Amino acid sequence: MTILVIAEHNNAELNAATLNTLAAAAEIGGDIDVLVAGEGCSAVADAAAKAAGVSKVLLADNAAYAHQLPENIALLVAELGKNYSHILAAASTNGKNYLPRVAALLDVDQISEIIAVESADTFKRPIYAGNAIATVQSSAAIKVITVRPTGFDAVAAEGGSASVEAVASAQDAGVSSFVGEELAKSDRPELAGAKIVISGGRGMQNGDNFEMLYKVADKLGAAVGASRAAVDAGFVPNDMQVGQTGKIVAPQLYVAVGISGAIQHLAGMKDSKVIVAINKDEEAPIFQVADYGLVADLFEAVPELEAKL
Amino acid sequence: MKILVAVKRVVDYNVKVRVKADNSGVDLANVKMSMNPFCEIAVEEAVRLKEKGIATEVIAVTVGPTAAQEQLRTALALGADRAVLVESADDLSSLAIAKLLKGVVDKEQPQLVILGKQAIDSDNNQTGQMLAALSGYAQGTFASEVTVDGEHVKVIREIDGGLQTVDLKLPAIVTTDLRLNEPRYASLPNIMKAKKKPLETLKPEDLGVNTSSTVTTLKVEAPAARSAGIKVKSVDELVDKLKNEAKVI
Repeated sequence: MTILVIAEHNNAELNAATLNTLAAAAEIGGDIDVLVAGEGCSAVADAAAKAAGVSKVLLADNAAYAHQLPENIALLVAELGKNYSHILAAASTNGKNYLPRVAALLDVDQISEIIAVESADTFKRPIYAGNAIATVQSSAAIKVITVRPTGFDAVAAEGGSASVEAVASAQDAGVSSFVGEELAKSDRPELAGAKIVISGGRGMQNGDNFEMLYKVADKLGAAVGASRAAVDAGFVPNDMQVGQTGKIVAPQLYVAVGISGAIQHLAGMKDSKVIVAINKDEEAPIFQVADYGLVADLFEAVPELEAKL
Repeated sequence: MKILVAVKRVVDYNVKVRVKADNSGVDLANVKMSMNPFCEIAVEEAVRLKEKGIATEVIAVTVGPTAAQEQLRTALALGADRAVLVESADDLSSLAIAKLLKGVVDKEQPQLVILGKQAIDSDNNQTGQMLAALSGYAQGTFASEVTVDGEHVKVIREIDGGLQTVDLKLPAIVTTDLRLNEPRYASLPNIMKAKKKPLETLKPEDLGVNTSSTVTTLKVEAPAARSAGIKVKSVDELVDKLKNEAKVI
């Protein structure tokens, strides 16, 4: 049994979600190969080779893979993946984009966003926005799986010494091209991997008021998120959304400010270790999941919190 | 050009689902069913492309039980011209559904297929990508803006950390994210008109598709409940608890 893990990266750095995916692979058991597909990404391959538990790194360095276009990546993964028992990728927007395409090319079902490994063919995954957990068993010859990074503790980034092997294959489907990218620039940690997350909801009233949260976040080294209500109201961009249809986070500390706690929001943060809720409505459902609840006007409580940290 | 829109009948967004006592699934008896919210956005986008004169015909398709006709009628009331029901009472895998949709694509030859990015019941986020693979088409998933330009479509995608723009050769597959548009409500006259629009019913056998799946659900459980903690009286107390009790700051 050999498992192929597809590395998540930006051609320069290995994304930490890959280490969580490797942890899921380690629980399945067997040899683990990592595929790094991109352009000018040998530093990523070197980083992947150092991760714990990796036997071999396959490096597909080609212009066709530079922007992770799923039409090209899927052809490559399906070609290489035939010889593996499992193909795993992080359930990032990138993994979710190409992996179902791989599964269809291999004519096998995909299992999405597993949060636990029961055995080599049995996994747990949330359904209905996390309101139910399904245990599913796969009899497919190749098990194609996306892994929810927060479900698994990352393997060590250092200590391994896998070999790096170049893959010559250049798969260009020729049906799509990359035009551009607009990535939010921030000195704060990435939402998905942050140890502390502070999120604002509709109660923030407007985008300018998020400045208060940024100040607290900078003191705590936290990432800033938002509920769907705040995103829909146009306060902040969608990539800050935490919830069923946004990002799934599980930090050490999650601070929900002015968030009522709709089930779709809870789906994205209820696995956090400690949850704090600040809301002036003491009936808000967020208090039912909060370890520490503060019934207060956020416009007074948040500046005070910032001052006292 | 012709646009095919795939929709799914799911538990209504506002229903809090309950796991069955025997752990065989969630209880769907007497629960309100609706069109999946992302599919509503897909229908809206197709209808807008028709209103702009870019699309000539919008065909709504679903794979599901007989009752899924309701969701097709909703799509027709929102502006689709005709509908296709691929009737199957079974709970099919995304791959099986993608194969059935591929059958409909082969029959109808649309230039653009729009689907929701995920259904809010199974949360799989697979069908659009799989259909794209089976058809050999390009895919623009998690779309927040779709611009058709001659033989191409430009799609702005919601990705981790921001937005990405891709250019796809038509025919292509698009899956919708939340901010693509705000779906309209169907007006009463349009709901009445929708009852007279054509709705064709097909069986998986008609499309020559084997719908067997390799995935078996062994059990479905309620998630571990998180119990409410304590209420603190002041910011001072909160900071103290976080520092000295929870030790997270």
